[in-house]
Amino acid sequence: MSINEIQDNIIQSFDEIEDWMDKYQLLIDMGNSLSPLDEQYKKPQYLIEGCQSRVWISASYKEGKVFFEAESDTVIVKGLVYLLLKVFSGRTPDEILKADLYFIERIGLREHLSPNRANGFTAMLKQIRNYALAFKLS
Amino acid sequence: MESNFDVASIRKQFPILEQKVYGQPLVYLDNAATTQKPRCVVKRIEEAYFSHNANVHRAVHLLSQQATEAHEGARVVVQGFINAAESDEIVFTRGTTESINLVAFSFGEAFCREGDEILISSMEHHSNIVPWQLLCERKKMVLKVIPINDDGCLLLDEYAKLLGPKVKLLAITQISNVLGVENALGPIIELAHKQGIPVLVDGAQAVAHRPVDVQALDADFYTFSSHKIFGPTGVGVLYAKRFFLEKMPPYQGGGEMIDQVHFEKTTYNQIPFKFEAGTPDFIGTAALAEALRFIQKIGMDNIHAYERQLTDYALKELGKVEGFQLLGNIPDRHAIIPFQLKGIHAYDVGMMLDKLGIAVRTGHHCAQPLLERLGTGPCVRASFAFYNTTEEVYRLAAALRRIYKMFN
Repeated sequence: MSINEIQDNIIQSFDEIEDWMDKYQLLIDMGNSLSPLDEQYKKPQYLIEGCQSRVWISASYKEGKVFFEAESDTVIVKGLVYLLLKVFSGRTPDEILKADLYFIERIGLREHLSPNRANGFTAMLKQIRNYALAFKLS
Repeated sequence: MESNFDVASIRKQFPILEQKVYGQPLVYLDNAATTQKPRCVVKRIEEAYFSHNANVHRAVHLLSQQATEAHEGARVVVQGFINAAESDEIVFTRGTTESINLVAFSFGEAFCREGDEILISSMEHHSNIVPWQLLCERKKMVLKVIPINDDGCLLLDEYAKLLGPKVKLLAITQISNVLGVENALGPIIELAHKQGIPVLVDGAQAVAHRPVDVQALDADFYTFSSHKIFGPTGVGVLYAKRFFLEKMPPYQGGGEMIDQVHFEKTTYNQIPFKFEAGTPDFIGTAALAEALRFIQKIGMDNIHAYERQLTDYALKELGKVEGFQLLGNIPDRHAIIPFQLKGIHAYDVGMMLDKLGIAVRTGHHCAQPLLERLGTGPCVRASFAFYNTTEEVYRLAAALRRIYKMFN
């Protein structure tokens, strides 16, 4: 599946839910299902510090593809991380760099991208692109 | 709840509270961050702009005279509200933060030198920490901190030990913006004064919740923000005893604050104008006066009594919620309830409360050192104003029960 097909699938699964609380319940369930990040990566060099929540992210490069592992200390952000990894992990650097990320806005979670939320999420997006760029140039 | 106080009619004065968010009636419990504005305050702003908007103090025309009367009238209203001895002791600023920065600069210039100490407490807002750190860096001084116990109360014995000839000023909050605890300012100020140490009181969290009398307190400086007391944003108050205002040099230079300007030498205006460089927010001050009159009409004692009942009710109701963990162990809280839901990050709790129509604050509340000391990390803060109701508290409790289930 392409990045956009995965995004469309995510949008569809959220579109089926009307109630805000149920949408969030899905996100929370996703967050809880995210595999915990290996302790060796829970170090300052992998940390993206938000004002309210923290995200750790590490990346590896195998056979031309970038694989991400990440975690957050809040479950809602973990749910967003789960979705982001679904979209980006296992993609080539070019796919990541060219991607148009539209699913977050379409499922009504745009507020998490606002700087006001200070949850480290926007910084994480930037970090994903930085990793892709670094691997592409390496 | 019994009271001679009609919360339903009060709420009608605050149109913003009538709205729905995410399809739910708004429950606004972030009053410690900023308060909502009654109709009369917004009306006063409109009236000022539409009928007597002109620069104050200088012009000879009628509109300027009316604007000046409104602005200077506001100073008298503020004076009365905190019972200052004279209106010249009221300096208008942009907020509590600027008031404290003004004192840190101007008091520092007049009274402090290398090796001197400034004393603050462990429960200060960043606004009552960083200006003093800047002063200490500038003058090579030392910042000393009064510790608290695990309950979140000041250790008064330790405080007494920290006082000494090197201490030039004590800067302390009246009510903690995180814990809602009120410090025993009476004995604290008395002890400082015995050693000739002046005291600045950060009243940002106090003015909207309890009567304030700066003369009875014998505070040397008292600061608060208009927006936390139902007035407009961008206006603040610095009360200072005449003695200090006269001894302190100006904070900023410009129009309004001068007497005579010559390239060789400039002389400064009298107090309080010496500290009010540039065109003041004369519309904002007039609207602040309106807010204070609105509160005075309801009666600060009534507000205090109602909020005490509401806070006690909230502590009782929230205490029954599974996983609810209150921060600090304080006998008497002023309209602020800091808490965590066991095992759930404060950010997650705040996000879900928002979806249920309830606005709270989450995080470290601009008091990182305090939360570090208590060892709790980020927390949720529900903070009340006199327009909040027991029904809203009940909805908060119900929402927390629901959220606790969602995450467990």
